[in-house]
Amino acid sequence: MGRKIKKSSFFTGLLMVLVLGLLLVGCQADGVNDQVTPAPSDISNKGTTTLFLATTTSTYDSGLLHEIIPEFEAKYNVKVEVISLGTGQAIETGKRGDCDIILVHARDLEDKFVEEGHGTERWDVMYNDFILVGPEEGSQDIYDSQDITEALNTMVDIMEEEGMNFLSRGDNSGTHVKETSLWEVAGIDDYNHREWYNSLGQGMGDTLVAANEMRGYTVADRGTYLTMKGNLANLEIVFEEDEELFNPYGIIPVNPDKHGGINHEDALNLVEYITSPEVQEKIGEFGIEKYGQPLFFPDAKVEYSK
Amino acid sequence: MEGLAESLKLLFTFDPYVYDIIGLSLRITGVALFFATIIGVPLGTLLGLTNFKGKPVVTALLYTGMGFPPVVIGLFVFLLYSAVGPLGHLGWLFSTRAIITAQTIISFPMVAGFTMAAVMSVDKNLMKQLKALGATGLQASWAAIKEARVGVLVSIIAGFGAIISEVGAVMLVGGNIEGKTRVLTTAIVLETRQGNFGVAIAFGIILLTITFIANLSMIYLQKRHMFE
Repeated sequence: MGRKIKKSSFFTGLLMVLVLGLLLVGCQADGVNDQVTPAPSDISNKGTTTLFLATTTSTYDSGLLHEIIPEFEAKYNVKVEVISLGTGQAIETGKRGDCDIILVHARDLEDKFVEEGHGTERWDVMYNDFILVGPEEGSQDIYDSQDITEALNTMVDIMEEEGMNFLSRGDNSGTHVKETSLWEVAGIDDYNHREWYNSLGQGMGDTLVAANEMRGYTVADRGTYLTMKGNLANLEIVFEEDEELFNPYGIIPVNPDKHGGINHEDALNLVEYITSPEVQEKIGEFGIEKYGQPLFFPDAKVEYSK
Repeated sequence: MEGLAESLKLLFTFDPYVYDIIGLSLRITGVALFFATIIGVPLGTLLGLTNFKGKPVVTALLYTGMGFPPVVIGLFVFLLYSAVGPLGHLGWLFSTRAIITAQTIISFPMVAGFTMAAVMSVDKNLMKQLKALGATGLQASWAAIKEARVGVLVSIIAGFGAIISEVGAVMLVGGNIEGKTRVLTTAIVLETRQGNFGVAIAFGIILLTITFIANLSMIYLQKRHMFE
């Protein structure tokens, strides 16, 4: 009997050690990341520096970065490491000093990022637009709507009548933040308590696949939709081209005074490069060849020069 | 430190978001385990007690199944229930039924494999005696399962451990839909991605505790079995 008690207390102890270990890992999360911050001195390649760019899945998955980054790398002798995340997470990465510059699309969050001193300054880069996608049947009524308010309300009526679903990214990404603001504009405040609302917590691609499978509706950025269109047999654009659906992208260098090891120089080089007329033109042409229409529209109002 | 404080607060204030996900995880895994048991235990018993041509092949398949990457099973179930798939008309993709299907397929080879080992260790003389007394194959099998009950129970717990902590397949076929198919593992992925470490740690503590208790009870059962 005595042995048994000893043993169970041993296991209880072991359990506590395990739980504590997990907790400690959690506690350190904030501290550890400072050390993870890239240090340019780590780079063995003589003269080449590394720039960590946190950006959204939309710019990465669309292939735009592959189009413009290699030339930047050659021109400034820098290696760009792209971290592709949701906007919310990309901004969070910047706040923690785990990247040198962010390229994202959520205006309110971006302004807050700069106001709080995490970033130095925000520069307009380009914009793309959001579209409402869903099954083709019955979508004409939505398409004929005057504005996004009417379109969303028509869509909700259809979903409630037909028992259809709406798929939300639900991951605090720029697209998710935009979708939330659209419900507010349309006056549907209790959207996330309705039967048809499904919050996925996944990326744009996953959400489009889910909408395609469930024959549901979702809000997507045009770029991701066009790149994946071949695999989305059940989805068509059911509403587009409303002012509320425009989606501006900004680029913000991370404040080098907030964290150690920030590569601010190359961050400014990237701003200079991406706002230059040549690159802006390139952005405007990207996608035309492949999809018959551009995915992004150049929007740099100020050409940055060091 | 913030994350820890928040996670404890969530756990001790019985935060509904956290506890709904715990409940859903246990319910889904419980149902999957039920199906894995009614498939795996008879299959394991059959393989353990009888000899037939092709048994090595079936056994090898079973062992392969035990080590099969769960995410590949997820892919298989996804294609099965996909709108253009053979069972697409059911509309089960991104529902708890899809998760249960995947988890059943992941865990039944494990239940069958451990059950097989357990019934094989039952005293051969007992089986002979039962047959001599005129027991049917079914009756003899039942007696063997009863005799090897601890081993069978261990097999079920092993299956439980395999699926409660699985994330790839559950994410693929369930879709991580809030309030519908979001379980402990997919919630951890989501909350970590969003930087909500407190919530993620809370789920981590729960998951770790659940799997630890399962493994602990398995070890105790096996120990007791050895001394019997």
